[in-house]
Amino acid sequence: MITLPALHDPAVELFLGIGAVLLVATLIGRVLAWTTQPAKRATIDNLNARINAWWVMALLVGIAFAFGKPGVLVLFFLVSLLALREFITLLPTRGGDYWALVAAFYLVLPIQYVLVGIEWYGLFSIFIPVYGFLLLPILAAGGGDTTRFLERAAKVQWGLMISVFCISHVPALLTLRIAGYEHRNLLLIAFLVIVVQSSDVLQYVWGKLCGRHLIAPKLSPSKTWEGFVGGIASATLLGGLLWWITPFPFWGALVMALVINLMGFLGGLVMSAIKRDRGIKDWGHMIEGHGGVLDRLDSVCFAAPVFFHLTRYFMT
Amino acid sequence: MLEKLVAGSLTGFIHLLTGSRAFWREALAPAPRVYYGNHASHGDFVLIWSALPKALRRQARPVAAAEYWRRGALRRYLIRRVFNGVLIEREADHRSEDPIAQMAQAIDAGAALILFPEGTRNMGDGLLPFKSGLYHLASQCADLELVPVWLENINRVMPKGRLIPLPLLCTVSFGVPLQLADGEDKHAFLDRARDALLALAPEAA
Repeated sequence: MITLPALHDPAVELFLGIGAVLLVATLIGRVLAWTTQPAKRATIDNLNARINAWWVMALLVGIAFAFGKPGVLVLFFLVSLLALREFITLLPTRGGDYWALVAAFYLVLPIQYVLVGIEWYGLFSIFIPVYGFLLLPILAAGGGDTTRFLERAAKVQWGLMISVFCISHVPALLTLRIAGYEHRNLLLIAFLVIVVQSSDVLQYVWGKLCGRHLIAPKLSPSKTWEGFVGGIASATLLGGLLWWITPFPFWGALVMALVINLMGFLGGLVMSAIKRDRGIKDWGHMIEGHGGVLDRLDSVCFAAPVFFHLTRYFMT
Repeated sequence: MLEKLVAGSLTGFIHLLTGSRAFWREALAPAPRVYYGNHASHGDFVLIWSALPKALRRQARPVAAAEYWRRGALRRYLIRRVFNGVLIEREADHRSEDPIAQMAQAIDAGAALILFPEGTRNMGDGLLPFKSGLYHLASQCADLELVPVWLENINRVMPKGRLIPLPLLCTVSFGVPLQLADGEDKHAFLDRARDALLALAPEAA
């Protein structure tokens, strides 16, 4: 059921705020495009493609929020599916992995989201790390192909952990029962997503403006110390300023945002290491200007479970 | 009408499942020509067919094995009515029609053919040796253009003998057309055609 929320609803205020930020970004992007010579436009064109994609992503999240918990579950189920598809596509498996992959896509993925949906914390928090971990190599062994067996089993497990287990911790935030915060858990998701994504954007902006020293040249050609410090600091401050949509006090929100940002940054490095090993720049091509779904969500993958468990430990 | 709907839903399904993206080395011409690709699954010709621009799709006809596609009403319906396939008999001993003549006839009538010169679905990596049909067809139809088309990953989406397709990303790469040169012999031509197709494969393959 869609219920039209009142204008003073924090969620509506948030989305109006996001819309305003995107509007400003769009204007800046267009002005830059007009004033830059065509030969030097590549970065600006990419920037504008990214901003356009942000509108679409914000709209999708907005629609999901309007449908409440079912909407959010469906959205992140689909996101997990797309992410797993990108992951498995780029890490070649062999014919013997067929049944393990069938189980990963058609059993493990939907079951994980059903478990989150029925709020069975005891099972959804161990389903993939325990049952998936044991079941999938059994199926792979049934394929009778021992070539690089451990490596293949590890890849499928890793794909599920990153794309399904970690991402499912975003909708899992809806299952937390926090005293004095009833019916507002959607805002917890908004907090996580806004902080992580603004951290990515601000690191990009700081890096483009004054990035000089590469932080991990072997892992990523674009991450700089300047981008890291500036981006994390400003996104952490933003998180603190958003304390009013969270169950935390200002300092709590600030620390949470810092943890989220650090996990997100380090997650980006890890995923970047995998991409470099495979000799690719992006996980996919789904999102114009950004690359694949995993390129946009690598930091969310690493931040979501930690944010979920910290919130659960301290607030429930 | 129904055929269009079935074709539309099949291509839509393949697109959704594989997020397939197509690459062209040059603009595709509407002339009668042969698209020849690597063969790993029954989804192959649908993937090539759906990667073609709409205007070119109508004249594209897959060349398919009669033994397989004549079995069962659904298969017959799909290959005849939906995809307008050219059914050829692979076993030379039990043939009632000459496959080369059938294909040449379709080319003369203005069709573009989708052909898999390996002759069977390849279970491994790379390419099997080509059957000679490609050469005989090229020597019979003057100035026929042959376009190599590399399908990446579809063998993992629908492995031979499996029923449930996996959702994995696929790409379709169209190469530069080649023609039979004057006096070129069969082996030289088939090798050249095979190399042109292999050159489109990503390095890892």
